[in-house]
Amino acid sequence: MKNIGTEELKQQAKELRKTALTMIYEAQSGHPGGAFSAADLVTALYFREMNLDPENPKWEDRDRFVLSKGHVCPIQYAALGTLGFFPEKELHTLRKEGSILQGHPDMKRCPGIDISTGSLGQGLSCAVGMAIAGKMNHKDYRVFAMIGDGESDEGQIWEAIMCANRYQLDNLIVILDNNGLQLDGTTDEIMPLLDMSQKLKDFGYEVYDINGHDMDEIVCTLDEIRAGKTKKPKFINAHTVKGKGVSFMENQLGWHGAAPNEQQYAQAMEELERGDI
Amino acid sequence: MEGTKIATRDGFGEAIVELGRKNKDICVVDIDIGKSCKTGAFAKELPEQYLNVGIAEQNGAGVSAGLATAGKIPFVVTYAVFGSLRMCEQIRQEICYPKLNVKIACSHGGVTPANDGASHQSIEDMGVLRTIPNMTVVMPADYYAAKKLVAKAAELYGPVYLRFTRDAIPVIYDENQEFEIGRAVTLREGGDIAIIANGDTVRLALEAEEKLSSQGIRAKVLDMHTIKPLDKEAVLDCLRGIGRIITVEDHNILNGLGSAVCEVAAEEGTGHVKRIGIQDQFGQSAPYERLLELNGITTENIVETAKSMLK
Repeated sequence: MKNIGTEELKQQAKELRKTALTMIYEAQSGHPGGAFSAADLVTALYFREMNLDPENPKWEDRDRFVLSKGHVCPIQYAALGTLGFFPEKELHTLRKEGSILQGHPDMKRCPGIDISTGSLGQGLSCAVGMAIAGKMNHKDYRVFAMIGDGESDEGQIWEAIMCANRYQLDNLIVILDNNGLQLDGTTDEIMPLLDMSQKLKDFGYEVYDINGHDMDEIVCTLDEIRAGKTKKPKFINAHTVKGKGVSFMENQLGWHGAAPNEQQYAQAMEELERGDI
Repeated sequence: MEGTKIATRDGFGEAIVELGRKNKDICVVDIDIGKSCKTGAFAKELPEQYLNVGIAEQNGAGVSAGLATAGKIPFVVTYAVFGSLRMCEQIRQEICYPKLNVKIACSHGGVTPANDGASHQSIEDMGVLRTIPNMTVVMPADYYAAKKLVAKAAELYGPVYLRFTRDAIPVIYDENQEFEIGRAVTLREGGDIAIIANGDTVRLALEAEEKLSSQGIRAKVLDMHTIKPLDKEAVLDCLRGIGRIITVEDHNILNGLGSAVCEVAAEEGTGHVKRIGIQDQFGQSAPYERLLELNGITTENIVETAKSMLK
């Protein structure tokens, strides 16, 4: 944990959004909506909460981050590049041939990626395996896994959820980026998840229901989890807004997997810079 | 051990305990069929290295991948049909793509889960997994081969699929036989025809060789326990030196050992290959030997096929 204040984290989140958008704009391909709903949580994890060493990405005592909703990786790449896991110039290579920054995270190519993801529903199981390995190896590291609400349609998510309770993985923190939209429509229209907080309580988790864009609340929650003594795995139901930070992207289905044109990019960058959306 | 029959899943069960004792990073991830896959001794003796994730193959594969990222050597254990097909995409995405050190160790290969019927018989597994980059695909031919090849798989960094029999099959090796993944074992030398088999059909190839021999036909017999990476040199030797090959496998004739051998022959542009295996059809509940017979996977058919190729 690094002692960084919430104001600084908010600035950092703004910078990460701008970097991620620039990457997607330059690639003319990518997923801005989910990257922006996840941005504040990712910022708090990478810049404050997690114990990492950019000089030694495979440090065996590091905390792990599993982006199970791998398609929003530009926001993770932005964090890794900013922290120095790889040269920042790599941030201009997203989705290009030979790049370490594949369209979905590739642990073999990109320093700081703890597991390759992209096929939805699978990353959380890997996070469970990492957390179990931590117990087996008597390590104190923790595993943070971010899943999507649309992704939670996948049955394997629930297999993994049950498994973490079975093995009492108090070193696993599952974060739901609950932005209410999936590719074809709202989660209520496509596959209602109902009350995820209640569900996860019933599955044996310590549950935190938060606003995933309120940096003070995010930081407080992570502090509380770090200080907690319960043996249960943790679940943060983070209520978020898809496309958060750009007026014409917020809550818009069309921005799940689309890149902005020149004019849209300029407006979005201006709005992100102002930071009042 | 002449005449002794042991299921290769028993060889796996013994080998994995011995390996686990020596190397604390080796772990077993069971999918609630550990008793049947012979991991009971491991679970009892090495509980700190043992997990059972319940009837959840996909999660079992992912958990294994996660364990491997932290230096563990997980053996995820289930039946062949589930270990290949139910967790197929997880194997591709989370094990083979990142080339993680996960072993998929499966009992009930081929039609050996005979009375269970077609749902539990595994006829596509080796072919499906053979097409995934970074994967190694192995089926030992007897109890001793299983023990040795499980140990070799543990030593080899990367994903390995190991396929065992439910049923007891004759012991054909002894404990001194050495194995190398990707290298065929020459069991008999002969210049008239080559019989390339693997798994539980190697015994049939040996019986056929004996019968052919009594009729004056000399057959070379290879145990091609690894179909990926295939021992191409061994196949090329057969093609160039003999020119006639029969492949025998307890697997669909599509995309398994026979197909792999045909690929080499076609690219070499020489030789004649006949494939004996499951005839691209689902099985049914019936005795194991009867199911083989219904697909022509018999000593007699190997002999007849050899003779027809020599006409």
